[in-house]
Parts: sequence; C-alpha cells; structure tokens
Amino acid sequence: MAEMRMRDALREALREEMLRDEQVFLMGEDIGAYGGSYAVTKGLLDEFGEERMRDTPIAESGMVGIGIGAAMGGMHPMVEMMTINFSFLALDQIVNSAAKLYRMSNGQINVPMVVRMASGGGSQLAATHSPSLEGLYAHFPGLKVVCPSNAADAKGLLKRAFRDENTVIFIEHTANYALKGEVPDDPDYLVEFGVANTLRSGSDVTIVGYSGSVHQAMRAARMLEEQEEIDAEVIDLRTIRPLDIDTVVNSVKKTNRAVIVEDDWLFGGFGGELSAQIMERAFDYLDAPVARVSSKDVPLPYNRNLEFAALPSEEDVVEAVLRMFKE
Amino acid sequence: MAFEVTMPQMGADMTEGTIVKWFKQVGESVARGELLAEIETDKANVEIEAFEAGTIIKLIAHEGEVVPVGEVIALLGAENEAAPDIERKPPAEPAKRAIEPEMKAASRAPAMAPGASTVVEPPHAPGGNGRIRISPVARRIAVEAGFDYSSVRGSGPDGRILRKDIESAIAAGGASTAARPPAPEKERDSQGTGAVRPATAAGTTSLSKMRQAIARRMSQSKATAPHYYLTLDIDMTAALEFRSQINANATEEQRVSINDLIVKACAIALERQPQFNAEFHESGLEMHERVNICIGVALDDGLIAPAILDCQSKSLGRIAVEAKDLIGRAKSGHLRADEYSEGTFTITNLGAYGVETLIGIINPPQAAILGVGSVMPQPLVRDNQVVVRQVMKVALSADHRVSDGAEGARFIKEIQALLEAPAALAL
Amino acid sequence: MTTPIQSAATTELGEEQLGLFLYQMVLIRRFEEKCGELYTKGKIKGFLHLYTGQEACAVGAIAALEERDKIVTHYRDHGHALARGLDPNRVMAELFGKATGVSGGRGGSMHLYDITKGFLGGYAIVAAHLPLAVGLGVASQMKKEDSVALCIFGDGSVGEGEFHEALNMSVLWKTPTIFFCENNLYGMGVPLKESLSTDIPKLAAAYNMPAVSVDGMDVLAVHTAMKEAVAHARSGNGPYFVEAMTYRYRGHSMADPELYRLKDEIERYRKRDCIERLKTQMFEAGQLDEAKFEQIAVRVEQVVEDSIEFAERSPQPGLDTLFDFVTKEPARG
Repeated sequence: MAEMRMRDALREALREEMLRDEQVFLMGEDIGAYGGSYAVTKGLLDEFGEERMRDTPIAESGMVGIGIGAAMGGMHPMVEMMTINFSFLALDQIVNSAAKLYRMSNGQINVPMVVRMASGGGSQLAATHSPSLEGLYAHFPGLKVVCPSNAADAKGLLKRAFRDENTVIFIEHTANYALKGEVPDDPDYLVEFGVANTLRSGSDVTIVGYSGSVHQAMRAARMLEEQEEIDAEVIDLRTIRPLDIDTVVNSVKKTNRAVIVEDDWLFGGFGGELSAQIMERAFDYLDAPVARVSSKDVPLPYNRNLEFAALPSEEDVVEAVLRMFKE
Repeated sequence: MAFEVTMPQMGADMTEGTIVKWFKQVGESVARGELLAEIETDKANVEIEAFEAGTIIKLIAHEGEVVPVGEVIALLGAENEAAPDIERKPPAEPAKRAIEPEMKAASRAPAMAPGASTVVEPPHAPGGNGRIRISPVARRIAVEAGFDYSSVRGSGPDGRILRKDIESAIAAGGASTAARPPAPEKERDSQGTGAVRPATAAGTTSLSKMRQAIARRMSQSKATAPHYYLTLDIDMTAALEFRSQINANATEEQRVSINDLIVKACAIALERQPQFNAEFHESGLEMHERVNICIGVALDDGLIAPAILDCQSKSLGRIAVEAKDLIGRAKSGHLRADEYSEGTFTITNLGAYGVETLIGIINPPQAAILGVGSVMPQPLVRDNQVVVRQVMKVALSADHRVSDGAEGARFIKEIQALLEAPAALAL
Repeated sequence: MTTPIQSAATTELGEEQLGLFLYQMVLIRRFEEKCGELYTKGKIKGFLHLYTGQEACAVGAIAALEERDKIVTHYRDHGHALARGLDPNRVMAELFGKATGVSGGRGGSMHLYDITKGFLGGYAIVAAHLPLAVGLGVASQMKKEDSVALCIFGDGSVGEGEFHEALNMSVLWKTPTIFFCENNLYGMGVPLKESLSTDIPKLAAAYNMPAVSVDGMDVLAVHTAMKEAVAHARSGNGPYFVEAMTYRYRGHSMADPELYRLKDEIERYRKRDCIERLKTQMFEAGQLDEAKFEQIAVRVEQVVEDSIEFAERSPQPGLDTLFDFVTKEPARG
C-alpha cells in the first residue's frame, strides 16, 4: 500500500497494464510529451515510446474510430478524450460502432477498448466544460460505464477495464484527481465491475452516489449523524453499467428510504433510472418516495456562487433526508 | 401455371400503392424486366417490372385502385391460359407489431434479461417479523380509519394489500377488532430525535427532558384537578360518509381526517359551552375567547399536544390543513411558542392504534380533555332493528372545580350530535 | 496527382482469373436483381441498397487482396461480401433475417460480417468506418502482421469530418490502409458536383497520399489500380487512395423514386456495363463463347435459387437469443 493521489493511481494502473500486456497502447490529445491534460499519463512516453503513446490530432471521432479499428485488429487501445465534453464529437463512434459491433456481428467482433474522460463541475469552467454524462453513456446497451470515487478504486477499476472484452467508458471526476488515498501496489489488484461499495453502514436511510457525488453523500451522512441522530448508509456504485442494483435494493429493504446523489442533471438523469429500479424492486419496503439530489436543470454557470448553487451539495442531501423524516 | 404479380413493397414504410397505369393489357406478352405498370406510392410514382416472362391473363386491380402491399394485382401465364377465378380480397387489417405466434411458442423461456438476482427477501408472511406488503394508498386509508390491517389478506401481487382490500375489510368490519396495533414497523418512527436507549446494564433508562416534563405535568394535573369522567358511543357512519364526500375531490393537503371532524365539532361545542374552554384560578374562572384545541401527537420518546389556534373562526378545511402542518412540525421539532402554550382544550386520539376507549388526563391548566378511541363496526339498535354501524367511543375527562357532571353530559352530547349529523361541521 | 490507370490486358490475368471475375460479377448482378424482387414481395425488409452497375468495383478491388487482409465497407455491401467469397446462402439468409445468416439475423442487409474471411462489416453510418480502417492498419503495424486494410466507401463520405480525420492520421502514422472510393456520382439523390467543391482524389493528395482515379465500370482497370495500391500499402509506404468512377443502375434504396436523374443517363451507363465489357474483351481474346457464358449464367441462377431456398428453409433466431451478444463476458484473466 502506498498513499497517492487519484491521478497517480490512474497512471500506475496504465503503466502496469502496459507492462503486462503489449497489446495495450494509448492514444489521445497531448498524452505524450505534455503528460495529459490532467497529468495522468505523465512520464509514460519516456517509458513506452511513441508507438504505444500516440499523440493524436484534435480529432475525437477519428481517434476513437481508430481505437475501435485497432481493437478489432487485436489490440487493446485506450483513448483519452481529455474531457467528457469533447466526447460528444466521438459519440457516433462510441455509440454506433463500439457499442453495437459485437451485437450486430452476432458475436464475431468485439471492441476491447478503454475510453477515458474527465467530467464534473465545480471548477468554474462554465457550461461546455463541466457536464457529468455518466448516465448518458449508461443509456447505451453494449457499453460499460465506470466512475470511481477514490484513488484505490480508480486503479483497480482501470486495471479491470483492460481485462474487459468490451468498450469501457471510464469517467474521472476532476475534483477527485487530487484526492489522496491508500492504493494497493499488487499488480493483480483489480476492482470487479458491478460491485458497489458500502462505504458506511446505517439503518435509517440509504444514500447512493458515484464518482464525485460519493463525497457529498459521505459528508451528508456525517452531518445527519452529528446533527440529527440519523444513521445513514452510503453506497458508492463504482460502476453504473453494470449496475449493482442488488446491493442498493438490499440496503433500501433495511432502511426503507433512499436518496440518490449525482452531478448529472435531474431531468432524465441516471438517478431517474436508479429511482425507478428501486421503486420496482423495493416498492413494499419504502417509507418515502425515492429522493434525487442532482444538478439543477441549467447549463452550469461560470460564476462561483451560481455554480455551487447549481451543483448538488451535502446540505441538499441532508435536506432531502430530513424531508423523508417529516410526516 | 399462373404467376402472380403483387403490389410491390418499395421502401420500408410503404403499406399500399395506387395503380396509375397498366402498360400491358390482357393477352399481351411481357419479357423479364419489361415495365408492367406505374404505381403511385406516398412518396412518388414508380414503375414496376415483370420478374418473369409471360402473357397477361388477368388484371385484377384496375387503374385508380388503391391496393395493399403484397396483394395480387395481375396474373401472368402461358399464352391462351385460362385465368383462374380470382378477385381482389377485402383489405386486411393494418399490420400490428406482434411476434409471430410460432416463434413465441418455440421460445424456451420468456425474453428476460440474463443475470440472477441476489436480492435478499426478508420474511414478510403475516405474523413474521417483516413488513406487511401494503400499497401506500391502502396504508393511508387504514391509518386514517384507525384500522388494523395486519391480518388483512391482500389481493395484489405477492399478497400486497390494495386499496380495495382495505375498503372492503373496513366495510365488513373484519380484522379491525384485532387487538394488535397496525404493523409495528420496527424502524425509527418518522422523526429524527433519539429513541430511548438503555442507560445501564440493570435495565433502567434515563429520562429524556420530554419524559420529565410529561411526568411533572400529569402528576400536577392529577394532584390538583379533581377529574370526573363521562363516556359515550358516537355513531360515526354518517361522519365517515360525509368525510369521503369531502375528500373525493380534495388535494392531499386538504384531505380531512376523522380527528379534524372531531376538532371542528369540539370547537362548535366549546363556543356554546365555554366553561369547558376555561381555566381554574382560586380567584375565579377565566373564560377564554380563543378556542385553541390541542391535539396529542405521539412521538417516539413521549408525546406533545400543540394547539390549532383560533378554531372558533376556522373552517373544517382550514383545520385539516393546519392540523397536518402542525403534526409535521411537531414531529420535526419546529413548533412555535404559542402552539405549545396557548392551548385551551385537548383532544387525544388513539384511534389509529385500535384502542377502544381512551380516558385522558387533563392537560393543565385546561378544564377538560376528550379521549377518542377507534372507529369500529358494532351492532346497534336503530328503529328496533339491529344494524351494524361505525362506532367510536369517546371519554370526557373534566375538572370538577370548573364544571359538573350534567354540564359535562350536555357538552359531550353536543359533540355527539354534531358528529352524528355532520353537515353542520361544514358551515 | 491523378495518374491514368490502364486496364490490364486480358492476357495478363489468364483465362481462369478472368472467368472468375465474370462469374462473380454475374453472380452479384443476379443476386441483387433477385433481392430487389424479394423486397417487393416482402421477403426482405428494412433498407435495401442494391449494387447493380457497380460490380466491377467490388470484384476488381477485392481480388487484389490476400486472405489475411481486412475489409470494411459501406452499407451497399452485398457485392463486396460475395466478391470476398462469403457464402451466398448465408448472405441471403441474413437478408431474410434468419439465424443462419452471416450476422445471425441481427445485422440485415447493411451489416454483413464474416471474420473468417476478414470481412469486418458493412457500416451504415456514412464514413464511420474510415477511421476503423486506419485502426486496423495500426493493429497490423503494431502486431507486425503484414496485412492491409481495405476501406470501401462512397462519394457521399467525403463531406464527413471522419473522412478527413482518417486520411490525415493514416498518413501521419503511415498505416497500411487502402481508401477505395466508389464514386457513383450521387449521395442519395444529390449529385456530387453539388456537394463537393473539388475532385475527390485532390482531397487525398492534399493529405500527401498517392491517389488515382480509374474507370469503375472496367474490372481490369480497377484491379490494376488496386494491385498497385496493395503493393504500396503492404510495403510500409502508408495509405493509398483509389477513386473508381462507377454508376448504380437502381435507386439509392428500394424506396428511391429517382426523381433526380433521367432515364437516358441510366441507359448511357448501361451501355458501358461492366459485365458486357469483360464479356466482349474475353470473346475477342478467344477466352469465352456463348456456350461458356451460358454455363456461367446457369450456374449463377442455381446458386441464387439455392440461396433463396436456403434462406427460406432456415430457422429464425429464437426469441431466447434476444439478449445474446450485448456484451462479451467473461473478462480476460
């Protein structure tokens, strides 16, 4: 175990996977000499050389398409989208090719590829550079969507992504990059997909988060305990597709209340999906409607106060929980 | 052997076409690939060609006719071949989105997503320690009617108790006599304050502030106010009917509970008999102008009886809205000071717990308290006939220093009369 | 920039090879005609884009590949599948949506795949497969496989950003990719001259890629150009661009009323028909006579009829397979 930031844990994962499997190679804008927009790939060019550390032109659709072709040809590419906003430019390749080829070819062609991208607001980057689109990608059958909340999970999940036979959308919250945590250095350390992590056990309410929102959920749980004597259980989904709905449902059957926290927008967001699944599978165990704490339905503003008002906060979570305890 | 020419499918969304023109007539021969007819589709006119060579032996669809895709429009055959007797079929039903029946029959299993569930099912059989499956609307109706649903057999999926199950059980007067309160839900009740926790290994528990206050006030009441008690059955059948009429079109917030009806009836009775809306002092009786009726709210670690202020000037609907708000705020600890301290009369209602009779202790310095039990079906004699009516037992506990038994009797009969002929409550 | 490509002399290829070209072109022609007929009868559903007229492109180009090479193509893909040697029975079964189809009834006309033939699919999003062909080239380079990737697309693709992204990166990384553009003059109904401000080979040349334009109605000219292209890409010189000028006899799809072109234009191109052209060349060279051609036609008729019978008799995919092949599990160790 070593303490490191999430960005360093991600780099460790990439490095170990490149050492383990020579079919792994990386593509993206400024991942080479520049070291990556968030410094995740810093130093890897020196170690692995230009053939396996490919700086691309600014051409998201092209680079993802090339990644798909390389995967079809037997490689295991990782494509870095720099930020999730730019992935819109590659959406067709991700959705129409990567997610569908295995299916349409009747199982003949699969696309083992990792597409990494940074997401999330809170840094005053304004509307085009702050969205959280985990739920968008989770919408498409054929994709896997991974969204770690901490350094250790980030490493174990990214390493696991390179063992998958499918395209994995790996979404990193910018607010998490600098978070430090103990990270296993075992080269076989993997975090399985579709296994949620119960970070805090409680009996009164289940708070579910993923990626950045896990931290709002945890802070809210502490506030609820200290200020309201409410005992909250907190679940970090870690991957939203596959979704570990069983862990959520089992928790809700115990606590009878659920709050979903996410940076995504409320309308049509992933929380709506999760809420519906809880309702379908734990209807008779609910004491209150499932609550969603999400970003307000606006493009994120630049101004700091307005941005914070638009994003979900731990106070919003506490309030949502207290509403459930009122008649 | 005749060869059928059919209305062609020319595009995924085409359902029918119109014969614009036949290029060939009966008796003419055509080569493979030769144009046969012009067809008009929704999008454009197209020419159709012969897929086989032959002689036109019959034109079934005529120019100007609209023909569904796939229907025979002409027959090709050998020269001099007699045309079989074929006419146009009546138009078929529009195709519906359906799986072919033989495919459905052949499938081994219903189309289900793969993956086994590992959800833990807590026991839920009646009598088990799990939750009772009951729909939210059914639960609300049961609670409002003070009806114990624990032994109701649900007709929904997995035995879920539905609205109709509760309504018919109430109407039949079934399980409500069970002594057990409805579904003692094991988790904390709806508020955030701490539950009673063991303080020592010997099993005694320390007193919360609220417990201490209750102990002090109740002792004071019993020590200083000599209580007398009067009990009475009130036939609530009309009141329940009246309430469902009001609630039929009410919003959630406006819905009237049984207790709201009782509050309104007491408010009217108190205006008419103000000695029950009074306070005893050694120097004399203080008659209150305001009718502030307290309603008992059970909390996990005690109870509180905040007041609905100025009931003398409030409609039933207003009382209903305020009562909900008050209960909510009582449970979340957000009451205002006057709601704590300005009460002039109290109603304590354990109907929701299946209690038959509740004889209350006066909430000092008030002059009386009305205890309310469950509404339960009971045989009553009406016009020399035994009939089943919805009956509620009430008990008036009054301060003998302020009033006497006969006054108490008039007061409680007044409440009874108001509830048994509830139209006046709406005024 | 654009070098004129001379059609190979019929003697260079030999009678057997030419006979194969002729057979394949006739097979594609008859297969497509039958598809059109079956579509009007509701046996084939969805979108159907027929390849008649363009047969020389598929046959001439694909014959230049080795078995180890890869092909990605557009949605007008039956001709390429047949030219690559995919089983006509299984191609027809796919059009019928049957379990025995090359894509198990999951792809349909626009999505034919057979990895055993290196046939990695028809792509129904215009230009989406161009970057894939670059990626296949990257994989070939990194795995030192000595294979090339042939990317077949239409003139409609050149307006897409992915066309430019793919060409650029392919040159930058010198991938063994052959961009083969079937220029049939129309993007659906819009003439190319109204949607492109330059000539297609000039676009490739702008990215420093060798580019040629050939008569796509001449199977031998296509084949000659493609042999050059394959040799170039295989020897590590990077990508190569071939534009084949061709023409489709049928509309864009079965739903196309063809309001945008005149019948005499179609007739004009029919006079340059690729099958007639090769037939004449072989007649003149004494490599073919009417009897031999009749043998080809009879054989083709049999193959196509057999494919229809096979498709008709084949079972539909079971409803219990609905969730098959969404993701591939389990993960590798």
